[in-house]
Amino acid sequence: MIDKNIFLRIINNLSDSIIENKELLNELDRPIGDSDHGSNMVRGFTEVKKKLENVKESDFSTILKTIAMALISTVGGASGPLYGTSFLKASGAVVGKEELDEKDIIAVYEAVIDGIKYRGKSDKGQKTMLDAIIPAYEAFKACVENGGDLKKASDEAQKAAAEGVEYTKTIIAIKGRASFLGERSIGHADPGATSSYIILKSIASVLNE
Amino acid sequence: MVGIVVVSHSRKLAQEIIEFSMEMAQMDIRVINAGGTSDERFGTDATIIMNAIQKADDGSGVVVLVDLGSSIMSANMAIEFLDEDLQKRVFIADAPIVEGAISAISQASIGSSLEEVKKSAERAKEYSKK
Ligand SMILES: Nc1ncnc2c1ncn2[C@@H]1O[C@H](COP(=O)(O)OP(=O)(O)O)[C@@H](O)[C@H]1O
Ligand SMILES: [Mg+2]
Repeated sequence: MIDKNIFLRIINNLSDSIIENKELLNELDRPIGDSDHGSNMVRGFTEVKKKLENVKESDFSTILKTIAMALISTVGGASGPLYGTSFLKASGAVVGKEELDEKDIIAVYEAVIDGIKYRGKSDKGQKTMLDAIIPAYEAFKACVENGGDLKKASDEAQKAAAEGVEYTKTIIAIKGRASFLGERSIGHADPGATSSYIILKSIASVLNE
Repeated sequence: MVGIVVVSHSRKLAQEIIEFSMEMAQMDIRVINAGGTSDERFGTDATIIMNAIQKADDGSGVVVLVDLGSSIMSANMAIEFLDEDLQKRVFIADAPIVEGAISAISQASIGSSLEEVKKSAERAKEYSKK
């Protein structure tokens, strides 16, 4: 079960992981973008940490909505409305919950994926964050269906996300700025898929502490 | 009169597009710059766009011109944040930002309807450069 305490640790931990990986994410955004994915995300998650202080007594849904609004108004790049929509949809998926179990997390994954597809008019195989998140969701769900707990499932999820990032190196970008490069986008990992992997990895690491 | 909102990744670029397009305006209309971020970087911010739409509307509706990527996503998000009544009279023009702004602004400035202004902006897509 994810209680309030663990939940807040997850949010703080994933924000810190993004902040620590600023240069890596900017570097990945250099060859196929405009070198700002790290800076965008760090601005967003620095604001998230600030706003979190005011709402940490609130329920999951309110906290997730606050995170969404912080991202929407500070990130600036495409990742802003995309991650913003993700957290907004996640907020809707946990209304009234005081603890989150495996099933709730599956519902959150589904809300997040629907949100990104809707906002980005995108799907998997287009070299975006969805190529990390969708495999992670599938691995998480399969693990739970086979009797795995949150720890195990979140670990399987982050491994699948890592493989998803590797996969983005082999495909052409169809969505986002990188799509302007066509064939030249092959050979590079997608920055957004990488930031999603970093987030999923930090969630798994808190759950496995 | 129909209001216009211009959303570019750059506030300065949006400003120049507005000033350039206003040369064609027959009358003063509400054209609001919703480009850039609150800290003056390249990028977009759904809350800035939402406020701009509210300012641009006098009850006749608003046509939004966007450039690429996050401009489109942030503009869509901004529209979802508006109250339902206003939502119904806001459209993102499926048009190139410069040509679309020129068409939309000149059309809006002669008092045309929301539908006409949107159509006029989208006709700019067919403007040939051959
Ligand atoms: N339409 C889309 N659907 C899903 N993800 C997208 C889409 N467009 C861009 N992205 C993601 O956003 C990332 C780029 O984010 P960022 O650099 O912050 O924004 P920008 O491209 O505006 O500079 C990409 O690596 C990709 O994963
Ligand atoms: Mg970028």
